Amino acid sequence: MYALGKIGGFCHLYIGEEAVAVGAVDALQPEDYVFSAYRDHGHCLARGSDPKRVMAELFGRATGLCKGKGGSMHLIDAERRFMGGYAIVGGHLPLAAGVAFAVQYRGGNEVVLCFLGEGAVPSGACHETLNLAALWRLPVLFVCENNRYGMGTPVERAVALYTDVSQNAAAYGIESGRVDGMDVLAVRQAVSKAADLVRGSRRPYFLEARTYRFLGHSMADPSHGHYRSKSEVDEAKKRDPLHLLKARLLAERQAVEADLKAIEQEAARAVQEAVEFAEASPALAESALEDDVYTREEGASWRDRGGRVQ
Amino acid sequence: MRLTYREALNQSLREEMRRDDRVFLIGEDVAYYQGAFKVSKGFLEEFGSRRIVDTPITELGFTGLAVGAAMAGLRPVVEVMTFNFAILALDQIVNNAAKIRYMSGGQLSVPLVIRGPGSAAHQLAAQHSQSLEAWFCHMPGLKAAGPATPHDAKGLLKSAVRDENPVIFIEAQLLYPTQGEVGEGDYTIPLGAAEVKRTGSDVTLIAYSKMLLVALEAAEALAREGIQAEVVDPRTLRPLDLPTLAASAKKTGKVVIVEEGWPFAGLGAQIAESLYGRVFDYLDGPIVRVTGRDVPMPYARNLEDAAIPDVERVVAAVRQVLYRK
Amino acid sequence: MASRVIMPKLTDSMEEGVVVKWRKAEGEFVESGDVLAEIETDKAVMDLEAFASGTLRKILVPEGTTVPSGTLIAVIGESDEDIQEILAGRATTSESATSTSRAATSVAVTTPAGTVPATESPVSPRVRTLAREHGIDLGAIKGSGPGGRIVERDLEGLIGRGKGGVESAVREVPLTQMRKAIIRMTTQSKGPVPHFYVASDADMNEGLRLVEESKKQTAHPHISINHLVIGAAARALVQHPGLNASFAGETIRLFPTIDIGIAVGLEDGLIVPVLRDCGRKTFAQLVEEERVLVARARNRELSPHEYTGATFAISNLGMFDVESFIAVILPPAAAVLAVGAVREIPVARDGRVEIGQRLKLTLSCDHRVVDGVAAAKFLQTLKYELEHPHPSLPPRGGG
Repeated sequence: MYALGKIGGFCHLYIGEEAVAVGAVDALQPEDYVFSAYRDHGHCLARGSDPKRVMAELFGRATGLCKGKGGSMHLIDAERRFMGGYAIVGGHLPLAAGVAFAVQYRGGNEVVLCFLGEGAVPSGACHETLNLAALWRLPVLFVCENNRYGMGTPVERAVALYTDVSQNAAAYGIESGRVDGMDVLAVRQAVSKAADLVRGSRRPYFLEARTYRFLGHSMADPSHGHYRSKSEVDEAKKRDPLHLLKARLLAERQAVEADLKAIEQEAARAVQEAVEFAEASPALAESALEDDVYTREEGASWRDRGGRVQ
Repeated sequence: MRLTYREALNQSLREEMRRDDRVFLIGEDVAYYQGAFKVSKGFLEEFGSRRIVDTPITELGFTGLAVGAAMAGLRPVVEVMTFNFAILALDQIVNNAAKIRYMSGGQLSVPLVIRGPGSAAHQLAAQHSQSLEAWFCHMPGLKAAGPATPHDAKGLLKSAVRDENPVIFIEAQLLYPTQGEVGEGDYTIPLGAAEVKRTGSDVTLIAYSKMLLVALEAAEALAREGIQAEVVDPRTLRPLDLPTLAASAKKTGKVVIVEEGWPFAGLGAQIAESLYGRVFDYLDGPIVRVTGRDVPMPYARNLEDAAIPDVERVVAAVRQVLYRK
Repeated sequence: MASRVIMPKLTDSMEEGVVVKWRKAEGEFVESGDVLAEIETDKAVMDLEAFASGTLRKILVPEGTTVPSGTLIAVIGESDEDIQEILAGRATTSESATSTSRAATSVAVTTPAGTVPATESPVSPRVRTLAREHGIDLGAIKGSGPGGRIVERDLEGLIGRGKGGVESAVREVPLTQMRKAIIRMTTQSKGPVPHFYVASDADMNEGLRLVEESKKQTAHPHISINHLVIGAAARALVQHPGLNASFAGETIRLFPTIDIGIAVGLEDGLIVPVLRDCGRKTFAQLVEEERVLVARARNRELSPHEYTGATFAISNLGMFDVESFIAVILPPAAAVLAVGAVREIPVARDGRVEIGQRLKLTLSCDHRVVDGVAAAKFLQTLKYELEHPHPSLPPRGGG
């Protein structure tokens, strides 16, 4: 759709990393919160957002999650507590800590799951957030998707403590762990354990999920070239999380090819519906350009209105 | 009752915190130290550490945290020790606080106040003496206020806390000890309402925050020369109360704007442009701005005094618009 | 630098003043703000203050003399300065609110009260606005601002209201530009122009029938009684060119085209847009142009050349149920037609009483140009044309 010009601007695809979003989010409760950076399509869909409304947002239509005002990097679905979608590397980490602060302030036991890339770990925002989370025992579950590359810079050239990125959190006394990010079941188990810990003992946790993105940083970037070799990408594709899961289901769970085919067809149908819906939807009228710059009504926060949880 | 500006803020915030449990204060040294400028004196004792939160010296981190807390439905008041330090948090203010409402298509809002002193004091030098209101006023999604008197400070802070949007609330170190009559009880002054602090018919002086006091003093000096200046205090910097400012400009035909910030692309330039758009045919000449000098703030006292607008410079500007020697 | 002292325009209606008494003598030093002389205006005796400081070099107008506003009456300067140039240019332009003078083929432009005649000096926007509102001639004022800019204080004394003046209980409404134009035109008309009046009434049965028919179709704009009056007046003027004329002092000026002014009432006054060359236009053209012109008049979009220079005027108060009235002639025309409402009244025909639709017409004429018989004959023709409207027929000729 991006290549067809339906989606504009930056578009960061999640292909290859799906196991992390699906496994992690599946381990959460509906009332937990999820934050992500700009590579947020997978996280948003995993959280349960309507694919039609996600596609419509990517197409910039009025029926999109954010009425077309957010776009690919700012998918937000407040009702499902998917708090966004942020474009400044590391910039959303303090926000996640803030929501956790609010949970603590109110004496709740929700968990705030905050996805970040390994490229965000060295940022000031990350360190200030890790410090505050540790200092105040905020219920933030950091899930660091280490896909080994910033845009074109590998982790070993960006993060001093790169062999074990989670050490950065450990430096603040935050408990940490590592998981194979291509194995969705492993991810789910790891996050489930971590979430229990965060929920129960009211302290942060940092989980590093080792994963790989099969395509370039964004649609505009090459998947391989100067910064990584094609053979490396091909090697990684051998552990495609979808194939891994499929193999396991066939081997261990008595699944049948036909069932899996049916699931794939259903997914293809959902995508097709989403595209058709987005295509048919109108863009927001120009007269709405200045809406929502300011909040005009009192008690306008979705939380005040008793923000529903799906 | 007669209170200092600092006491008025203390009273205002205290009343708001009693009124709404969602309001909390966060910043450096706001709790045990009682506030760097004692604005939060007595708060820890009354509200406890849950609601009066001391932070490490990490403006980006704790301002961003406050934005997140506001998104989740609380009503944080962030104290920045000075707005010079808020520059570190600018990404959180500009890219998150100002934009989350818009980017989410109206799903989320950020009812946040960021407050602290925002202009020069005495000999605090270049990195501690800046007036940055023009930066904040530039951002759609933010509101900004700069009260000059204790009465205005109390009423405006209440409105800022109750507003559903992020509000940049600019105080001044040198204003904290100033005294004035403050209204009793719970009253609010709406954001976006200017006030004519002194009526006159010969010239309009527009000034806010600390510079309002300079303008009033200049008006007294001018009165002794037989010139009656009308002094208008915008009080809120964004949104500006243009109808009130324009009515005065139309009445006198001569306008002098007094601001402490730097001249190029300062807030006064916007006020002037807005006035030209409305009352061009009633102006007797170009609008004159008296601004801080276009230099980083020097340390030496005499140089610092030269760099900040004073009564003499305002009086000279008035003579200029009145075509007098 | 020498400064001119001119006879000021101290009130709106002041056109000339009398120097009652000089309070300073030639050769005396004066300070800015000193009273130079006492001036008698049309309303009171007022003080004339010096704008500049210096020596009163020359007094040009003796006590007791009446001079028009704008006239140079004295010069202040340095004691050794050469003031010949100033003395040479002593006749300054007075505030121009002249009536039109029309050349045979050109369209003249009046300056209604309030337009600002050109001045070389820069002028502040506020001064422009004040000058326009109060009809002040800026050409006669020396600016004291940078680069000779004329600024508000240079108008002190000319506006007749001081800052912090006495507040009276009576509400004074400032005269708008339009009100001043009306005042000027009607007093200049009624005063010197010897009006006489001829009245008639017309049977509007045919006319009403045409109006009704026009309402039933949508291809063309609907016609009104007023349109019919305009058309009839145009055709009548073609046949009676003596009423399409003007008193020009030494001559009677006959105009080459028939330009009919249509009086349009606005909430604060009236304006008279002009339909040009009515003698050569078809009725349909007149209807369309009238519609456009009146709409623009109501939106205040007309430029001066569009509302000046009518050779004949029509004023219609029929929409207010007025039976008849008498209008004031608008210069440079020599006549104006006042139209009332079409009324259903009993009329006598062939010895019997019937119900008729009658329209009263009152023609005001300038007796210097038009005599009773000519006026009566014109009105007779006009009545005929109204009673026998043929909107599809082309007009019968030019001027």
